Amino acid sequence: MSDTKAPQTLFEKIWSRHRIMERPDGQVLLYIDTHLVQDGSAPAFEMLRRRGIAPRAPHRTFATPDHYVPTDSRDLNTIADPEKRRMAQALMQDSARAGIRFFGLDDPRQGILHVVGPEQGLSWPGTTIVCGDSHTSTHGALGALAFGIGATEVSHVLATQTLWQRKPKTMRIVVDGRLGAGVSAKDIILSIIGKIGAAGAVGHVIEYAGSAVTGLTMEGRLTLCNMSIEAGARAGMIAPDDVTFEYLAGRPFAPAGRDWDEAVAYWRTLPTDPGARFDREVTLNADEIAPMVTWGTSPEDVVPITGRVPDPDTVTDAERRDAIARTLSYMGLKPGMPMTEVPIDHVFIGSCTNGRIEDLRSAAAVVKGRKVAAGVEAWVVPGSGLVKAQAEAEGLDRIFKDAGFQWRHAGCSMCLGTNGDIVAPGKRCASTTNRNFVGRQGPGSRTHLLSPMMAAAAAVTGRLTDVRRLMEGAA
Amino acid sequence: MKPFEPLDSVAVPIMRANVDTDQILPARYLQKPRSDDFGAYLFRDLRFRKDGSEVPDFVLNQEPYRHGRILVAERNFGCGSSREHAVWALYDYGFRAVIAPSFGDIFHSNALKNGLLPIVLPDATVAALLKTISARPGSRMKVDLATQTVVTPDGTTHSFTIDPFAKHCLIHGLDELDYTLTEMQRIIEFERRYAGEVATGPRSDR
Ligand code: SF4
Repeated sequence: MSDTKAPQTLFEKIWSRHRIMERPDGQVLLYIDTHLVQDGSAPAFEMLRRRGIAPRAPHRTFATPDHYVPTDSRDLNTIADPEKRRMAQALMQDSARAGIRFFGLDDPRQGILHVVGPEQGLSWPGTTIVCGDSHTSTHGALGALAFGIGATEVSHVLATQTLWQRKPKTMRIVVDGRLGAGVSAKDIILSIIGKIGAAGAVGHVIEYAGSAVTGLTMEGRLTLCNMSIEAGARAGMIAPDDVTFEYLAGRPFAPAGRDWDEAVAYWRTLPTDPGARFDREVTLNADEIAPMVTWGTSPEDVVPITGRVPDPDTVTDAERRDAIARTLSYMGLKPGMPMTEVPIDHVFIGSCTNGRIEDLRSAAAVVKGRKVAAGVEAWVVPGSGLVKAQAEAEGLDRIFKDAGFQWRHAGCSMCLGTNGDIVAPGKRCASTTNRNFVGRQGPGSRTHLLSPMMAAAAAVTGRLTDVRRLMEGAA
Repeated sequence: MKPFEPLDSVAVPIMRANVDTDQILPARYLQKPRSDDFGAYLFRDLRFRKDGSEVPDFVLNQEPYRHGRILVAERNFGCGSSREHAVWALYDYGFRAVIAPSFGDIFHSNALKNGLLPIVLPDATVAALLKTISARPGSRMKVDLATQTVVTPDGTTHSFTIDPFAKHCLIHGLDELDYTLTEMQRIIEFERRYAGEVATGPRSDR
């Protein structure tokens, strides 16, 4: 505990509570409250087995398969590739052996870990949460310090329930103002990345603040924190408030009864103290944010939908010019063309960024009464079995299916394609995911990142479209 | 992990920023066992065409560069996913050091744990270095971890910083976990105290 009264940030409060010791080189051993494991964790369990160590805190560890699971059935045996099948099966076996709570494919709670965590009430304010997956930053939306780690670190956490970390720097991103119609949390984070760059927050933990952030629902906040890693940040977080507590109350693994009251009283002490210092501050005006879409192969290659593909000939820096030209050739785009003239082949709505119920609702509202454009293959992959069930209870599946969308089972699916759901070479996908890297959705695939509303608009028009136009039309 | 040894090697330039882990090691190899030679998958889609033939333009398919052990890259190298496989691919191929103005945080940490030394040098230094080694293929460089120095092809020496503990582990080929296990008592004491506090996270045994 700190012995001074110096104002502290949310991050510093969590950091100091979990500090076990400091090494002479300044690295701190942090206690890990919650460890999430997915079906890419087999190498980490293997490292542990080789050393003959059993997981130290299986009761603080939770598992569900997401990366390798089929989305057209709920049967692992349908995974054709034996190595991939083995990855998904290994998680089940490793969890059973260690006594780790496991949500399998036969369990409606299965889904993408970063959707399942908040949904099950596993992501608590003030806690440390890690997972062998970079989008663990998602859980910071509830006021946790949550970050992704590599396989060796996963095995270290399994063995000791701790992790060595050098204290990161802090950055506060304040977004004030009001989002316009058709603009969402996805557009905020894409604007931020466009502004600070894909390496803009390397070495930092971001705290998002300001009226446009506190005005978001919990699901919007999850989207925002999810893509912190695309800005290079170690983690992203938002101070817990009534929105957080209302979201968490009554969830299966949330505290209950007297524990709940004590927890909330503690959580109310967590927000950053007035006067606390951040290493960097960035501000944005929400009123100025338009629906955003990427044109290139880094999330920083982003423009408002009203913008154009950049023209390398107008760039003076030779290296930058070459980089843009190379990117446009990969993406199959003409310099200077309006973004709204880009035709698409695929639409993917899902992932840990935008696979939650509000995402599906917002997309369905655009799709309703319309049809998927001819020649476009459009998919919805809910983020979890419970999101899928909820959507079906609300009739959203009907809206999507009637329009010509495929309605699939929960998993990472076409976000990364490790389960075989891929975009064919040269094909173009409007995707609600978080990475537009070269080959991310399959070798040679071309990805445009955008919000669920924008993806829906692209699906029904067959090209990138300003969803605000469709909303006017509908009104 | 094998002890890190001083390097004297051809330096390989990767002339692009934001080289992400999907490019270093495409996701379709993530399910491969660690016993595989991940070097074969390194930069797979940049190095090879679909039919398996080499892309002649790609730097690792050019003769003096093929056997490089030092990679020089632009900003934000290794951004993206947490996959340690990206480090395994570079290591198995033969790389022992990557020099860049900045790295993805998780990649940086994964590299140190697998015998691959990430070296941060200033933007201008890296830019000049990239120019030299691409203009004169086969230019050699030295990396010495003990003295924390890089000697560029023109003979200039640059110092770099590294966490002393990570350095110790690299030089002696030690695992961090071995060290942590010697501190178990402090973890146990922490847990004992922590058990009495509020809101310490969800548990499946309650
Ligand atoms: S949905 Fe995509 S980004 Fe999220 S965990 Fe799955 S593969 Fe990773």
